[in-house]
Amino acid sequence: MLRVRIHGRGGQGAVTAAELLSVAAFREGRHAQAFPTFGSERTGAPVVSFCRIDTTEIRTHEPIAEPDGLIILDPTLLHQVDVFGGLRPHGYILINSTRSIAELGLSELGDSHETGRMLTMPATDIAHEHTGRKLPNAVLLGGFAGLTGQLSIDSIEAAISERFPAPVAEGNCAGARAAFELASTAEVQEAARA
Amino acid sequence: MLEQIEGSLAVAKTVARCRPEVVCAYPISPQTHIVEGISDLVRTGELDHCEYLMVESEFAAMSACIGSSATGARTYTATASQGLLYMAEALYNASGLGLPIVMTVANRAIGAPINIWNDHSDSMSQRDCGWVQLYAETNQEAADLHVQAFRLAEQISLPVMVCMDGFILTHAHERVDVPDAEQVDAFLPAFEPRQLLDPADPVTIGAMVGPEAFTEVKYLAHAKQMQALDLIPQIAAEWSDAFGRESGGLLRGYRIDDAETIVVALGSVIGTIEDTVDEMRERGVSIGVLGLKSFRPFPLEEVREALGGARRVVVLEKALAVGVGGIVSANVRMALSGIQLHGHTVVAGLGGRPITGKSLLGLFEDAIADRLGPLTFLDLDSERVERELERMHEGGASGPHEQNILRDVGVVAGGSH
Amino acid sequence: MTERSGGEDSQQVRFYQSGTFVVGNRLLDPEQRSVQAHTERSNSLTSGHRACQGCGEALGARYALDAAMRATGGKLIAANATGCLEVFSTPFPESSWQLPWIHSLFGNAPAVATGVAAALKAKGREDVRVVGQGGDGGTLDIGFACLSGMFERNDDVLFICYDNEAYMNTGVQRSGATPPAARTANTKPLGDNPGNVFGQGKNAPLIAMAHEIPYVATATVAELRDLEAKVERAMEVRGARYIHIFVPCPLGWGAESCDTIRLARLVKETGLFPVFEALDGELTEVSKIRRQVPVIDYLKLQRRYAHLFGDEPRTDIIERIQADADRNIRRFGLLDDPAEPDDTMRLLAESGRGPQ
Repeated sequence: MLRVRIHGRGGQGAVTAAELLSVAAFREGRHAQAFPTFGSERTGAPVVSFCRIDTTEIRTHEPIAEPDGLIILDPTLLHQVDVFGGLRPHGYILINSTRSIAELGLSELGDSHETGRMLTMPATDIAHEHTGRKLPNAVLLGGFAGLTGQLSIDSIEAAISERFPAPVAEGNCAGARAAFELASTAEVQEAARA
Repeated sequence: MLEQIEGSLAVAKTVARCRPEVVCAYPISPQTHIVEGISDLVRTGELDHCEYLMVESEFAAMSACIGSSATGARTYTATASQGLLYMAEALYNASGLGLPIVMTVANRAIGAPINIWNDHSDSMSQRDCGWVQLYAETNQEAADLHVQAFRLAEQISLPVMVCMDGFILTHAHERVDVPDAEQVDAFLPAFEPRQLLDPADPVTIGAMVGPEAFTEVKYLAHAKQMQALDLIPQIAAEWSDAFGRESGGLLRGYRIDDAETIVVALGSVIGTIEDTVDEMRERGVSIGVLGLKSFRPFPLEEVREALGGARRVVVLEKALAVGVGGIVSANVRMALSGIQLHGHTVVAGLGGRPITGKSLLGLFEDAIADRLGPLTFLDLDSERVERELERMHEGGASGPHEQNILRDVGVVAGGSH
Repeated sequence: MTERSGGEDSQQVRFYQSGTFVVGNRLLDPEQRSVQAHTERSNSLTSGHRACQGCGEALGARYALDAAMRATGGKLIAANATGCLEVFSTPFPESSWQLPWIHSLFGNAPAVATGVAAALKAKGREDVRVVGQGGDGGTLDIGFACLSGMFERNDDVLFICYDNEAYMNTGVQRSGATPPAARTANTKPLGDNPGNVFGQGKNAPLIAMAHEIPYVATATVAELRDLEAKVERAMEVRGARYIHIFVPCPLGWGAESCDTIRLARLVKETGLFPVFEALDGELTEVSKIRRQVPVIDYLKLQRRYAHLFGDEPRTDIIERIQADADRNIRRFGLLDDPAEPDDTMRLLAESGRGPQ
């Protein structure tokens, strides 16, 4: 099972990101479950969403305490919320930031963590380049697919296209693909899929 | 058709395919996406010949449902928590009049303190109002149960509430095979009312009934629910034949046949427990879980048969009978009367507190090691509670409980994760 | 005052009570007769019910529903709130209703009616019409949210309130319609403010008008033709409609059972109960007071006002009630000219048949 936890702030698309991830997995014939934490989701408040992906039926409904993958949409959360809590040793970390791991003050984590599993990426800029808007969620999904090798970029794009009207979907797909390529070339891929 | 879809929307689509003629809508978290989904389907014409009433309260919603159902229209509404309580009077009225209304209850805690998250206190508070109560374990089951509910309701002339965990199921995107319109039409015939307000054949509905006849009328309601004990499995079996999957029924056991310890639960937590059961079985622990699907009528015989051979029964429930303890466990105990075994009530998940596999593991291990008392509150912070009790004991104006406890907890920005 | 239309040879007939035709129905053309005068009237609320002798509500309900049945060709469904009407009309195992009728709860009759109307619409049976009905308690107080919701949505329902100014069924307790100074079980003539206090209460017809629904009217059981005409006019229109009918309660008011019609007439003639019609929120028709009657003539017939009379009469309270009546007269234009002598005397004088 692949357990992904997504951290963001209200309005950045963390909830949609989890949904899209689940739809992408579904299109690959896998079982997937996506849900957010629910609270007063005012714009700007920290939001957490979850996605489980598996080849068999997913029965549990508890929040993901020990994720295999983390997507962090907003770097300002890094030192405010315990985003890394419970992360499994071989887990993937994808952070939306123009800075490097070291510049974010995460060198220790970067060093202790398995090589090739942690990446920062300027997703907001990539999103802006391709869509004219600063919503990094779709881009990060492409990046996550590239980083983990657990999902195909085609599935991600199909999920995006299903969800958004054509012009919006196009830009987001382009951004996702760009992020996918960036992540694929930057890190070594692991073969195993969930 | 197989879809990756939000639970609420799966329910909305399925309900629409049941061809309701009147839908009464009043919004309350976490049911909103269901009524919104149906509104869209009415507007696009996908659900036609349906009047979508945006009423002014839940009390009005159930009342309009009563008028509509009595006029022979297939009628639906949805609510949760406070809304369910607000229509309490009308719930009893609907069941007393024998009107086959179907309603989704997106299970949510009841305030005070106000809480929008999931537990079963809402539907449990109305367990005796005469409605049939079915509990869905998954979004697939939630969608399927609505079709079965209309069948059942119209056959026995009793209203049916389909309970699904608020947020946990309603707001989760999952894989659901949403029944097609043709499939639903084949399974659910047109509504043929037992009683009808019709100028061509006037009747009086809702007359006063005095001591000389009230008992008989009430007994009939009970008798009808007893009939439902047979009908529910029948309908579920037919469903299985038609759709090739198990949905509904009275209860479902998982690895209980030889189990020494059996956990009993309702709703989505059953899935989490099944995972834990598998984990423990790997280590050779004899444990299983019994999921109850029908809470009203309560399947006394079936529960007795399922649990009778166990040494230990742990009832895990998301509600609490303040002042005495468990609600579900009281019903389970009734089923087991005369049988000697260790019984434990565990109150968990109140107000949306997540029930984790980790906590369950510890809990079941405690049970098996006989470390569990008769009543346990899972993951209770005893220290915090003790502190508040001390404050009260000191006297004076100690302030509202929730304020003090929240202050102890500290203001948490991102939820409990 | 009216004259019978007809040829030159037809007799000029003058009726004592102009505008009501209560006297001499047999002299009218059949089409002009009241619904009640017809032997084939539907008798929606038929005999055998358990209402008190002189019950204004039983009278009002029969008048209103029979008129509605004629207007709809008998295609009518009624939703009734809990209250006197519901209780006395359906003593199990009997029912005196001869139309499809449902009683659900105390506070939900408007919502139940809404549901019935919606079902009929969904089934393409909008030829069948819906009436919701209840007393003042069920309509103004506990059912008010549902009433307002029905108005706001403009649901196709005619809601009729039978106003006897208190919760009669439960033993005469004060409601939002109880008038000032009136005695009820919980507004007794004790203390400095005997009876119900001034400055409270709801004007449901005005509130209905504020919702700008297609039709609002008030009526009393003293004017049968007026009441029937209003119900029939209401049935010509679709959407939310409201009729507020004043119905005396002999038992609750401590009045003689033979005074029901008289009290209904007096409440209008004092100005305490304005009789009017409003379309889409605008006042369109006012039923003028024929001859203004001082409120004291109305109050003294009811023991619920007895504490205002006797050895130490409360003339101050009676004056306040009179002031309320005068305010209504001014506000609604209920009198053409308060100084004019009444029509009857004037017309008799003109015809040469009366005193000069």
